[in-house]
Amino acid sequence: MIRIRNQFLQNLVGSFFNIMPILVVILVFQVLVIRQPLENTVNLLGGTFLIIIGLTFFIQGLEIGLFPIGETMARAFARKGSLSWLMAFSFALGFATTIAEPALIAIADEAARIAGNGGLIDNNKGARTDYALGLRLSVALAVGLALVVGVLRIIRGWPLQHLIMGGYAGILLMTAFAPRAMIGIAYDSGGVTTSTITVPLVTALGVGLASSIKSRNPLIDGFGLIAFASLTPIIFVMAYGLIV
Amino acid sequence: MIALFDSASIILGTMTDVMPIAATIVGFQVLVIRKPLPHPGKTGVGLIYVILGIAFFLKGLEMTLFPVGELMARQLASPEFIESQAPGEPITWQSYGWVYLFGACIGFSTTLAEPSLIAVALKAEEISGGAIRAFGLRIAVAVGVAIGLLIGIFRIVTGSPLYLYIVAGYCILMVQTAFAPKLIIGLAYDSGGVTTSTVTVPLVTALGLGLASTVPGRDPLIDGFGLIAFASLFPIITVLAYAELAELLARMRKRSS
Repeated sequence: MIRIRNQFLQNLVGSFFNIMPILVVILVFQVLVIRQPLENTVNLLGGTFLIIIGLTFFIQGLEIGLFPIGETMARAFARKGSLSWLMAFSFALGFATTIAEPALIAIADEAARIAGNGGLIDNNKGARTDYALGLRLSVALAVGLALVVGVLRIIRGWPLQHLIMGGYAGILLMTAFAPRAMIGIAYDSGGVTTSTITVPLVTALGVGLASSIKSRNPLIDGFGLIAFASLTPIIFVMAYGLIV
Repeated sequence: MIALFDSASIILGTMTDVMPIAATIVGFQVLVIRKPLPHPGKTGVGLIYVILGIAFFLKGLEMTLFPVGELMARQLASPEFIESQAPGEPITWQSYGWVYLFGACIGFSTTLAEPSLIAVALKAEEISGGAIRAFGLRIAVAVGVAIGLLIGIFRIVTGSPLYLYIVAGYCILMVQTAFAPKLIIGLAYDSGGVTTSTVTVPLVTALGLGLASTVPGRDPLIDGFGLIAFASLFPIITVLAYAELAELLARMRKRSS
């Protein structure tokens, strides 16, 4: 195979192979199962081109922008040695990235509709808006807290599996008491809190912290922040469904 | 021209999403750390790349995958299509064969293209010095999403309660976690959280809601959700299983030599 020296071109080819499987699946199903011609081929080709370009830019920017920011800040906080500032930063980062997350806004509105139809709250616009906002706030709070606990864990070297098991026990307990209609949406909300920009930043923060503390292994201790951030919202959403 | 205008509005939208994050970082950098970033110019360019990249990526998805994927999910789950596969026979959970296959394939392929997962996999490869291959990790995660969607679709079609599956999944996870090599645990749990973002969530939600509204006797509000939960639970199981298998094989090889 030809060695490609240019980093950008290399990424471009990589992105193409990354989205190849999707194209194959769509095409095969369209041709063999549904057996209808695809409409709007020009749009499809243009869109595919945009996806490839977008993925290439994203990966390029990841390496020179997001990863370095997360790691430099982690190192700076470690050198400063102020635990309270680090925790304030972690909380702010978790809260800020979650409150504006479009997927969460969509799911909160959906949850408000379910709660309205199910008679958990008054079924009018005002009550639903309040409910959705409260839900978003509690999820953002959950993610902020998750990052605080996660960062504390990296610094203190607590074993990840104990905390995760505790979290799961909490989820199971909440599932037994939460309103049935809220369960599905609570579990889904855990998956949507971590967006494309948050993930690289938070990963770099964790790995950066773990590598600047001597007795920590970046692989064992550095990962796990995102795991917390997708675990706590489930508990908080079910708790919210119980209380409100 | 319209596409150009649209792209601009998506870039603007992405920037609004980034604002709180940028404000947090800049605020703490200026007020608390009080040291400039080492390469401000290069980092800035990187951030612009990220925003542009996400904007183009989303625009491309909106033009291609989302409409086509949603249309296909609806067509495959529609009663007419199911009926046409086996005319005259009663519809049971086996009648939805193509939906299962489509769900698994689309879950697998969209996970491979998921930008957040690429980011975590790249970092893991870098940190482990190449012992964990980025591509291998992504394959393990994608297989997990595929299995998760298979089971999730089965649940919607049969209408069995979500919590039974989730509780069973968590029990498997707890046993696995107790026996897994410590090195992989954090990574495995992180990959569960990142599988479901930009690409997978809209498609999978459409598939779930489409199925729940076409399968007789299902309520989209109750049965339509939960696919995402499956898609983030099963990758943890497959990544842990992959690591456990690799360790087991290594141990057996050591013993035989």
